Amino acid sequence: MAADGFLVSAATYLGAAVVSVPIAQRLGLGSVLGYLVAGVVVGPAVLGLVAAGEDVRHVAEFGVVMMLFLVGLEVQPSKLWQMRGGVFGLGGLQVGATAAVVAGLAILLGTDPRAAVAIGLIAAMSSTAIVLQALKEKGLLKSPAGETSFSILLFQDISVIPILAVIPLLAAGHAAGVEAGHGGGTLIDDLPGWASALAVLAAVALIIAAGRLVMRPLFRVMARTRMREVFTATALLLVAGTALLMQAVGLSPALGAFLAGVVLADSEFRHEIETDIEPFKGLLLGLFFISVGAGIQMGVIVDSPLAIAGIVAGVVVVKAAILFLLARSARLQSRDALLTAIALSQIGEFAFVLIAFAGQNGVLDAGTGGLLTASVALSMLTTPLLLIAFDRLVPGRAGGEDRAADDISERNRVIIAGFGRMGQIVGRILIGRGVPVTVLEHDAEQLEALRRFGFTLYYGDARRHDLLHAAGAEDASLLVVATDEKETTTEIVEMARRNFPGLKVVARAFDRPHAYELEAAGADRIVRETFAGGIEMGAEALKELGLPAFEAERIGRIFRRHDIEAMEAMRELRKLDRNAYGLAFRQRREMLSRVLTRDIQTMRSGADAGWDSEPIREEVRERVRAEERKETDSTSSR
Amino acid sequence: MRRILVLFAHPAIRRSRLNRAMSEAVRDLEGVTLHDLYEAYPDFAVDVDAEQALVDAHDVLVLQHPLFWYSAPAIVKEWIDLVLEHGWAYGRDGHHLDGKPWLQAVTVGGRESAYAPDGLNRWSVEDLLRPFEATARLCRADWQQPFVFHAAHLAEAGEISTAAERYRARLISLRDGAPMAAAG
Repeated sequence: MAADGFLVSAATYLGAAVVSVPIAQRLGLGSVLGYLVAGVVVGPAVLGLVAAGEDVRHVAEFGVVMMLFLVGLEVQPSKLWQMRGGVFGLGGLQVGATAAVVAGLAILLGTDPRAAVAIGLIAAMSSTAIVLQALKEKGLLKSPAGETSFSILLFQDISVIPILAVIPLLAAGHAAGVEAGHGGGTLIDDLPGWASALAVLAAVALIIAAGRLVMRPLFRVMARTRMREVFTATALLLVAGTALLMQAVGLSPALGAFLAGVVLADSEFRHEIETDIEPFKGLLLGLFFISVGAGIQMGVIVDSPLAIAGIVAGVVVVKAAILFLLARSARLQSRDALLTAIALSQIGEFAFVLIAFAGQNGVLDAGTGGLLTASVALSMLTTPLLLIAFDRLVPGRAGGEDRAADDISERNRVIIAGFGRMGQIVGRILIGRGVPVTVLEHDAEQLEALRRFGFTLYYGDARRHDLLHAAGAEDASLLVVATDEKETTTEIVEMARRNFPGLKVVARAFDRPHAYELEAAGADRIVRETFAGGIEMGAEALKELGLPAFEAERIGRIFRRHDIEAMEAMRELRKLDRNAYGLAFRQRREMLSRVLTRDIQTMRSGADAGWDSEPIREEVRERVRAEERKETDSTSSR
Repeated sequence: MRRILVLFAHPAIRRSRLNRAMSEAVRDLEGVTLHDLYEAYPDFAVDVDAEQALVDAHDVLVLQHPLFWYSAPAIVKEWIDLVLEHGWAYGRDGHHLDGKPWLQAVTVGGRESAYAPDGLNRWSVEDLLRPFEATARLCRADWQQPFVFHAAHLAEAGEISTAAERYRARLISLRDGAPMAAAG
């Protein structure tokens, strides 16, 4: 049965991932290598559990699309504009130089010049999936090396369009030229050049306009349904739709998804979308790596091991050398330049498409194609290994001073969960003090109202650890839980304690028992929501009764101190015995009332004796009387 | 007519017979603003801008307080620390107090004899007020001979009302008097 077949391969792939990735992580090899090796093991070469599976890879490529979408979500439009130099300068030079050098070498080795150009262009591509995944695992995406790598990858994605146009032209001798775009024909194949250019521009404009005008209100409506899966479906639909549109005009779907991500980067739903897509991306990307591993044709490798080793080594060295020089010329420190060079040194997944396409166009013969495909897959295997070697052999931390400076500002970040009456005050104080604040709010209507006041807010349920993760809980120093439902608050505190041990948590308690509960859940500081307000009201009442403001305020503060002490003192008691707790509570209340009364009555004794008190007056009078007696004595004796 | 700002500080005014009487004696005087610091800032969060505006709006500064531990109650120090900013009250560009009479009006528990070289407190009240005098001088304010009421602990009702009258008279002369003698 087809369904059984599906279940078997699903179980195979998932099983391979579940077994191999933790092992690879444990050995410090990174998930990419784990997936690739798992692919080799379950593939035809070893266990033969799955076929080389072109169709699986096709599905899995959607993971790369999602990855670019997620990367886009992290890139503010203004940031994209800043990157233009890196993208077109570095990226352009990388693709051009790599293609030229590799093609030259191929010609020297006796390859037909037209095929050599195609090979050069194919070799110039790097693997977005491998590079971004590896850098992300190392936390280097936002380092200089990460940003340079990303710029170059972005250009490679853009350059796919002209490369697809150039390859059929290389097949000059084979005029029959097959009319096949990658992944099937596109809608605009028959259009003249200017019209297809126009269609591309229109598609890009459509993504931007739809993202701004349609998707945001749509997400808002979906959020209001409070059905998480509908929201997730909307997010997935957005990515799939964008990919389809891009394919229709012959653009890279990944590029379109990236663009869609950028458009939504400053939307309040960013973190929620990120959280929803992330697991899908992770799984599909894993599937993608497994399928690459499974696709390595051991037969070809066994037949011509030296040729393949030569191709892999040659390409990796040439790519890395060119990248290193470019990165240095872009004023990266040598360590960052080397990291960039290694990260991008493999040939990317897009090569599979290009090799097939070139084959269809008769630019590459079948033998060369097979050799190249095996080389590409193997080159992907080298990157995680080279990165491990880099980590072991090259001293020092990446990024240097720039990164350290970044860290400090990142660490000051505060996440506020729940932006109602209490969270808003906290937020205004922190923002007023210049502390960067990320706000999560679960009520879509509240969210909309607040956005009008210029707060940066994100929609989402803070009980989800993945949402907190997306909001940057790993880098943040503090989480303020100001949600108004007791259970929700406790849940968030527990979840945060479990998942982010380094995060300090300040939580809002409903009342005293809830405060104890939050304490047990691991909150670092607890604020009872009506405590400060009640004290203020008491002080105001005293002022209205004619007490001077300073005294009224003082009494409020004394009350506060006593109440907090009582909470401390009774914590243990409460656990032991409910009756004892009740008794202690009453005793505390009486004690407090005695203290406050003493402070209110003109304080003839006690803590405030320093301010003009009767005992001082009494003593002075005594002293004066004594002096007067002495004077009288001496007068009388005279 | 000079406008007078009285910065009054007593943390427990209800227990102060003398300072309360003195405040009441000048509260309704024309041209006098009685500013109760403990009442205005029970939390000690002195509003610097508001206080500086208040100083600007007056020609004479009076600091009225009991002598606590040979100095003023804490909020007076807080007020001086925060309000008399460099560049506002002193320093090359700080001229907001230039030439303004500055009067310290203090009540003292012990008798005058206790504030003498052979007395319990060894120094005179004028000596003990030197930090305030130095502050006023740095701000180019015009330091006045302090108004001191001794033996507050012993004062009877009659003495208290006399002191309040003398205080009121002192403020009236500051308000209406022709050029005053820079004492001290």
